[in-house]
Amino acid sequence: MADNNVTDYPRALHPLHAILLAFPLPLFLGALLSDLAYSSTYEVQWTNFASWLIAGAMLTGALVTLWALVECLVSGRQRTGKHFVYLIVLLVMMAVGFINALVHAKDGWAAMPAGLWLSVVVTLLALIASWIGYAGLRAREVAHAT
Amino acid sequence: MQLKPMHAKTISIPALALFTLATLSTLTACGGDPAPPETGPNPALPEPSRGLLPSMDISTPTEWGDEKPAVPDGYQIEAIAKDMKIPRQTLVLPNGDILVAEGSGGGKAPAMRPKDVIAGYIKKQGTTSVKPGNRLTLLRDDNDDGRYETREVFADNLNAPYGLALIDDTLYVANQDALVRFDYNEGQTQASGPPEKVVDLPAKINHHWTKAMTAGPDGELLYVGIGSNSNIGERGMEVEEDRAMVWQIDAQSGRHKPYASGLRNPTAFAIHPDTDQLWVVVNERDELGPNLVPDYLTSVQEGAFYGWPYSYWGQNVDTRVKPPKPEKVESAIKPDYALGSHVAALGVDFSDGSLAGQFAEGAFVGQHGSWNRSDPVGYKVVFVPFRNGQPAGEPVDFATGFLGDDGKARGRPVGVTVDPKGAVIIADDLSNTIWRVTPTGRD
Repeated sequence: MADNNVTDYPRALHPLHAILLAFPLPLFLGALLSDLAYSSTYEVQWTNFASWLIAGAMLTGALVTLWALVECLVSGRQRTGKHFVYLIVLLVMMAVGFINALVHAKDGWAAMPAGLWLSVVVTLLALIASWIGYAGLRAREVAHAT
Repeated sequence: MQLKPMHAKTISIPALALFTLATLSTLTACGGDPAPPETGPNPALPEPSRGLLPSMDISTPTEWGDEKPAVPDGYQIEAIAKDMKIPRQTLVLPNGDILVAEGSGGGKAPAMRPKDVIAGYIKKQGTTSVKPGNRLTLLRDDNDDGRYETREVFADNLNAPYGLALIDDTLYVANQDALVRFDYNEGQTQASGPPEKVVDLPAKINHHWTKAMTAGPDGELLYVGIGSNSNIGERGMEVEEDRAMVWQIDAQSGRHKPYASGLRNPTAFAIHPDTDQLWVVVNERDELGPNLVPDYLTSVQEGAFYGWPYSYWGQNVDTRVKPPKPEKVESAIKPDYALGSHVAALGVDFSDGSLAGQFAEGAFVGQHGSWNRSDPVGYKVVFVPFRNGQPAGEPVDFATGFLGDDGKARGRPVGVTVDPKGAVIIADDLSNTIWRVTPTGRD
């Protein structure tokens, strides 16, 4: 074993933060797929699924956003521009997600097509937030500092 | 306010953030004070409108204290029974006794969406916390002094009884799941035994659980109202089989057939005393704006389709229902008379000449009161004047003050029954009171 080659890479995210960040993208994506299914079948159960998936994404998204906010506040010297971009994307995701949740609370087809487009936007925002988060928030130099 | 989906594709993030803020700030701006609801045979129907949140105003319940509902000059109102267990509909028996159906049903509908959980909780704030009686109570005025000294439980252990009808020696009760009957002899204060089931009524989910009922003029047929299982079919149309319709039931055998359909929630019936025509009050759909869709009073035409869920007030298409059914919409007929959107009409009875003056000819309508309106409406009993068997003129307030000037609800009217002795009986399911309105200078 090449033990002498081990480098102590700083982790990109705290494991719990990473676990929480793993939720919004698939949940919003699931809502988007459900919206597409509702649009093509008119089967109302799909829009019910979408409502619950959005609610789940909002719950986990809120925890992620809270984490990002706290990290932004306490990261001190390690804070980078990415911290702010990440937080802002999450906040916008939450705002659009909230509107999407309200739109999906309309009865039947009243949620459409606005709900579908909002699901597209919020899924993209979740994708961007996840990308930034998993790419690591610390400055690159820190990661290479060993 | 409508979200414009075509913009969403190309929107930039800062623009989106601004758009989001702008949207949130209009969340509450959608309310305002809407124009009062239109009534009469040809109500103006505004374009459907709904903000991100439906306009809601749940009137907080409070006590009547020393207050009473207000009635017109020349009339007085008294509480003839208090501390009931959610009284809904009443029936005046031939000897003058009053039978009260007390109970509450539904509540077993599964929450399909997060919205159902939240809206259910909010609406519950506007109702009584008393445990439903699920029984019939008999009230008797022993000495004709206008006070109902005798109070007996006529029958117990019923399943959310609502509609009541007497044909000869048989009392019919529409529970939320079945039509049942009791033998009845004049003067009886307690049923002689448990009821006999006549026929099952549609009870799956029971989103709208009240089974309104009246006896036809021939003394053989009963008419039962079966409300829809959703606002506009958002639970899927599979659960709407045998819903939103009026059944005609043969009282003897229980054989039944749909009599009229597309009536979202038919909550009370009355037979016009001169024409023998069946009339109904119906609660129409929500979340299309403060002045859509009018609840209505209409004669029930046999075989007719009244629109729900595909269209409202005749052939105005409800685009929330997919797939659409243009052929159904084409067959939809207009109701006779708008009572106002969201008033929640739950009671109706004709004045059969037992009251004089301006209330001699027409229909009393109990209005439970709105939730889907920033400026609450209903919370009163109105009188719709009739001439030659048809509505003639604007509704007149008959009993008001259920919603106080402080915005708090003291009571909520449900069933109204005209007592041939010259009185109007009002069931109030918030204060759990039976009110009796009589002309002054009598009793």
